[in-house]
Amino acid sequence: MNLYEGIRVALMSLVHNKMRSFLTMLGVIIGVAAVIIVVAIGQGLKKDTMSRIERMGTNLLMVNPGPSRRGGVVQEMTVINLKEEDAVEIAKTVPGVAGVAPEVRGRVQAKYRSRNTSIQLVGTSVDYAKVRNWKITEGRFFDDSEVRGRKRVCVLGSQVVTDLFYGKPAIGEFVRINGMPFEIIGTAAEVGAMWGSPDSTIVAPLTTVMYRVLGQDNLSSITVSARSAEDVDKVEKGIEVLLRKRHRLRPGQDNDFNIMKQSMFLESMAEAGETMTRLLGAIALVSLLVGGVGIMNIMLVSVTERTREVGVRKAVGARKLDILAQFLVESVVLSTIGGVLGILVGIGFSQLIARQSGWTAIISVSSIIYSFLFAGAVGIFFGLWPAKKAADMDPIAALRYE
Amino acid sequence: MTTPAGDLVLQRLTKAYPLPDGGALTILHELDLTVPAGETVAIVGPSGSGKSTLLNLIGTLDQPTSGTIHLGQTEVTSLRGQSLAEFRARALGFVFQDHHLLPQLTAIENVLVPTLASRPTADANARASALLDRVGLSERRDSFPSRLSGGERQRVAIARALINRPQLLLADEPTGNLDLDTGASVISLLLELAADQGATVMMVTHNPEQAARCQRTLRLREGRLVPQGAPA
Ligand SMILES: Nc1ncnc2c1ncn2[C@@H]1O[C@H](COP(=O)(O)OP(=O)(O)O)[C@@H](O)[C@H]1O
Ligand SMILES: [Mg+2]
Repeated sequence: MNLYEGIRVALMSLVHNKMRSFLTMLGVIIGVAAVIIVVAIGQGLKKDTMSRIERMGTNLLMVNPGPSRRGGVVQEMTVINLKEEDAVEIAKTVPGVAGVAPEVRGRVQAKYRSRNTSIQLVGTSVDYAKVRNWKITEGRFFDDSEVRGRKRVCVLGSQVVTDLFYGKPAIGEFVRINGMPFEIIGTAAEVGAMWGSPDSTIVAPLTTVMYRVLGQDNLSSITVSARSAEDVDKVEKGIEVLLRKRHRLRPGQDNDFNIMKQSMFLESMAEAGETMTRLLGAIALVSLLVGGVGIMNIMLVSVTERTREVGVRKAVGARKLDILAQFLVESVVLSTIGGVLGILVGIGFSQLIARQSGWTAIISVSSIIYSFLFAGAVGIFFGLWPAKKAADMDPIAALRYE
Repeated sequence: MTTPAGDLVLQRLTKAYPLPDGGALTILHELDLTVPAGETVAIVGPSGSGKSTLLNLIGTLDQPTSGTIHLGQTEVTSLRGQSLAEFRARALGFVFQDHHLLPQLTAIENVLVPTLASRPTADANARASALLDRVGLSERRDSFPSRLSGGERQRVAIARALINRPQLLLADEPTGNLDLDTGASVISLLLELAADQGATVMMVTHNPEQAARCQRTLRLREGRLVPQGAPA
């Protein structure tokens, strides 16, 4: 029997039993759809996260006090020694630097009228907004003279506006930080949950925060933006050389600071997303396998039901191979039709979920191809035993079967 | 076009089933029989006498315990696998008591089933149409078996048995499920079509009138052939 005839005969058998064929396919449909959805949403989330980070700038480096983390253990430093001067020198001397934002951070009490909240206060320079790609939606960022004059002005992250002002205009109002009144001169756009998101912070001039609020002149970190992604490594090297010299470290001595690159973060983020997608994809594949067991079950029933058909076919000259092929083609046709329907359902549901949740769904061609092939393989694997059973039937017994 | 004519020759053909106690239940006892090519033979005998067993052995659906079956030059009992399947498709046609049509296929598709196996021929479709025409069912070629009457189904089964121009047509109580008149017309068709092709016919029947329409009648009793002319 040629393949075309085989597929035609198989299709006829399946059409003859529409409802059952559909129910049999359902397992594969759900399995394939699950794979497609998981991968689409996973890839979408990955892309969302990446583009969010990229919006913040892939050219970012962050210099932190203390040696780099080894084996996940943060080595405690007794001497914390990143100073404003370090930041100034980086900006002045390291080639490829686009902007430098020294940052000092601390938790403070912020109070507006009767509303009181514990919040992170960031003291920084005028470069901060540019370096961090922080969009001021209303008002303005503070300027150099306000930094030099230790002025009590501040800019609020979007979450703070929501928390203290319930989203009402805040410009010109005063917020009390650890009891001191600060004038609100700007509010920022939402950035979203991410690495050091400034949404839940109040940002004020570096000198004001250092000397008037926190009473310390050590920096928490220095955020540096390189001119381009290609400059990042050069800038990292330049900062290291400069700071080692400034901190008078002898050759062989460990750095007393560490430099993190945004790109590293980006990579690990991407990796985490990939792992998650793989994991969920594997779970979805298991459900596809369960669908395969359903096919095997129905194929066994079908073989038993059609025992006499097998007998007739053998009596009129069908070889074992023909019978085997017939049932195998049937289960593969079942599973691949199920696969195609599953792909369509998966695409539909991914779009629906994406629209409902505001996520992005990315239907990758490879996930479609792989799940289709996998569905076909499921049909072969789980159809083989029932088909073998049919092929091995004794024709007389098959013809006598009631 | 037909395969070269050949006589059907059975020699000391024996079929026995082993019994649990170690003995054997012998169904057919050393049958010797020669049927010249093109002869029509009726096989009669009481139920359980071994008629179906004999037909199944000749039809290669069953294996004898001992003895041989030849159809022309072919030693039928030694065929296995691919050559057995080819022999069934090429040289044999079956009509069973039950029509055994495939419910998911139309009449014409059922007639074509034997051509699906191994050797599809270009003129198979035309031939299937001609055969359906010949059994008076050209109007019903696209009907499913569930829409056909018993007699019509059996006529489709006859067309199916003859699609590959077999040398030997085996029919096991082909009218067993039909009323007398329908049965008579089905037998007429079967014998006519077989005669058209010069096929040898071995037909099991309980109906003396049908048996009388064959050239020879074989009587089986308890697994042995009753000699010709002996009392029934
Ligand atoms: N597989 C088997 N095992 C044991 N006995 C069998 C088997 N098949 C058939 N028989 C016996 O063989 C005898 C002949 O059966 P069968 O050829 O069908 O008779 P008929 O067709 O003449 O009515 C019966 O007694 C039946 O019980
Ligand atoms: Mg019988």
